[in-house]
Amino acid sequence: MSMSVLAGRITDTLTRVRDRLAGRGDTVTGIGLWLLIAALLIWFALAETQLFVIGVIVGSVLALGAIGLTLIYGILRFANFAHGDTMMLGAYIAFFALTGQLARNAREDTEIPWSLGSLPGSLDQIGGLSFGYGLIVSTIVAAAVIGLIVIGLDRLIYRPLRRRRSGIVIFAVVSLGLAIAIRSVMLIVWGPSPRVYVTGIHRAEQFDLGFTTIALKADQIFIFAVAVSLAVLVYLLLFRTKLGKAMRAMADNPDLAEVSGINTEQIITWTWLIGGSLVAIAGVLLALQAQLNPNLGFFLLLPLFASTILGGIGNPLGALAGGLIVGITQEVSVGIDLSVGGWEILPLAPGYKFSVAVVILIFILLSRPRGLFGAKV
Amino acid sequence: MTVVGRLKAPLAGLKGEKLITPLAFSFITAAVVIMPAERSGWDFDSVISFLTAFGTTVAIFAIFTLGLNVQWGYTGVFNFGIAGFFLVGAYTAAIFTKSPADSEFVQYIGGFGDALDFIPVLDSRQWLPFLFGSAAAAIMAGALAFALSIPTLRLREDYLAITTIGIAELLRAVTIEERGLVNSARGLIGIPRPFHDFFDPGDYKYVYFAIAVVVLLALYIAVERGIRSPWGRVLRALREDETATAASGKNVFAFKMQGFVVGAMIMGLGGSIFAYEQGSISPDTFSPFFATFIFWVMLIVGGSGNNKGAILGAYLVWGIWTISLQLQGYDLPDSIKSRIFYIRDLVIGGLIISVLLLRPQGLLPEERRVSIWVDREVRRLRRLRPEQKPSGSDPPSG
Repeated sequence: MSMSVLAGRITDTLTRVRDRLAGRGDTVTGIGLWLLIAALLIWFALAETQLFVIGVIVGSVLALGAIGLTLIYGILRFANFAHGDTMMLGAYIAFFALTGQLARNAREDTEIPWSLGSLPGSLDQIGGLSFGYGLIVSTIVAAAVIGLIVIGLDRLIYRPLRRRRSGIVIFAVVSLGLAIAIRSVMLIVWGPSPRVYVTGIHRAEQFDLGFTTIALKADQIFIFAVAVSLAVLVYLLLFRTKLGKAMRAMADNPDLAEVSGINTEQIITWTWLIGGSLVAIAGVLLALQAQLNPNLGFFLLLPLFASTILGGIGNPLGALAGGLIVGITQEVSVGIDLSVGGWEILPLAPGYKFSVAVVILIFILLSRPRGLFGAKV
Repeated sequence: MTVVGRLKAPLAGLKGEKLITPLAFSFITAAVVIMPAERSGWDFDSVISFLTAFGTTVAIFAIFTLGLNVQWGYTGVFNFGIAGFFLVGAYTAAIFTKSPADSEFVQYIGGFGDALDFIPVLDSRQWLPFLFGSAAAAIMAGALAFALSIPTLRLREDYLAITTIGIAELLRAVTIEERGLVNSARGLIGIPRPFHDFFDPGDYKYVYFAIAVVVLLALYIAVERGIRSPWGRVLRALREDETATAASGKNVFAFKMQGFVVGAMIMGLGGSIFAYEQGSISPDTFSPFFATFIFWVMLIVGGSGNNKGAILGAYLVWGIWTISLQLQGYDLPDSIKSRIFYIRDLVIGGLIISVLLLRPQGLLPEERRVSIWVDREVRRLRRLRPEQKPSGSDPPSG
């Protein structure tokens, strides 16, 4: 009994410190955190440039997933635990569109007679990239299919819950059930062993930066370019179009949005379409950087949620920044050296890669639960 | 509206809904009895032995579901990281009951089993370390919940869900990566079993079944009493409306934390019972799907807010799991056989979605109860009612 009162005191004190700082201007904690993050990032960039660059690429993919997650979180107001598995499903649908391959049983594959990969020249490599236009078309197909799937699931599952005005927790539990279902569908259709879009070795180019050289593949530059341009598109959509304005209004206050004549169900459909397509593309880009693995979806949840909360729920620019910070920290922490008093703190063992996101998450919940940017969309 | 009402009216008399629970129960029971019986050629002994193993697992998993029911069903605390408390409980129990590590290939901390054998009579190595182990498991899991509640319980409930998922994965990573801690990915084997040397090895499974059932029943009674007490009433009140509970002078945070910690302690205890039963644990056991999600399905299917429902849910869902294992033994096409476990996962994932959509209260809905005193008063009034009826006819005499 007294333990819980003590814990209550501790959180009270934390809250009070936070409130007092907020009283002086909420910017104080914000600026402190920003300075800390900036210092860390500069250190990472100088000490482990190669991993930092990989981190930027992984981070941009995470950011793309997190933008979808944060839009759904901000507008539908629940934590979508199926987002990581939807990301993986997107990658698999692109794989299927490209190769037409399915698992026959535990060991063998089977192939449908026609796929995008059988289009003439669709597998010829573009420039220095490892893939041809077939993968790009497949990605667009996957984005569209996932967009339709998540809209269908919303109609079938989430809309009845909304009508019933279920609590956010029920939505979250349902989305976890959906995550498991999506994962088992991937396992049933494509089997448990990892897959890749393109086999063979893809050489990296050396880039001289003056103080160090880094190795970078053309694919990785492509991934970063696609992720950033999509993020910019989402930004333009939200802040330059009427739909974006309606979405922001709904994230702000759904009841008020509804009485001002906004068709909230329509906005929700758009949100799923955008969030689903983005995460499907993110899945393809991730699989291009690493591999396709049905079990990866669940583990992606941690960095995705860490990015979302770090950037502030419902804030797509925040999610972009959050994704980059989480991606960079995740990659660099398993390579950088840090010892304090003879005690080796870093590098972390590779198995801790996803744990970095957890640590970031807890740190941000303790110091600034509204996220770096605070505001909603 | 009226058309639907008219269509529904004759069906209302049938009470088809009431049949779901007995039907589900009978179907699973029949499958769980008949499948091993048929496969063993209707051999009575092997069926009993199979059912004992099944019952033991159900009893152990029902402990976790009870713990989750305290957290979610009664307090409304949203824990998606049961695997973390499960892991802490199981490893703590193993550390407290095993002998110290004696080879350079097997490294783990502790191994207090021999040191805790300090009562010179009654062969205390057979039971004393297990009491300490289970107590320590509960305390460690409770301490973890206590530490987690500080950053998260004041925030929106889904923050706790995300944090607990993360912590469960973090703990699993720690057990794998920290070499000297609990023997990395290979896990701990040879965890001793309570009262093992007192019985014939062939009969031990019946003994352990009894132990698991006794622990489950004791926890069931304790939770039932706790929930009917003034303390339990506050928990349920704050689940429904935190502001109103705070307005009536209750420390919402303290009570929420107590609900969370008590539930976690039950899970830690369950972890210890699991470790003794299995005899070996490895980080693989504590995957998010097996060690977290399945308990949620059990509770939601059975009926959150109802302890009997929690136990029923554990029985039914583990029944589905067992059926899928049994199906492995049948002569099925390779394309189905290699996918049985994925199909099972799909069924279990679909099950939780359909229950929440079609029957959100679960198979056994929460019973309405305010307090035992009100129940008594209602019963007393019911007894009195016939005499109180101000009707024209004479009250029945005699």
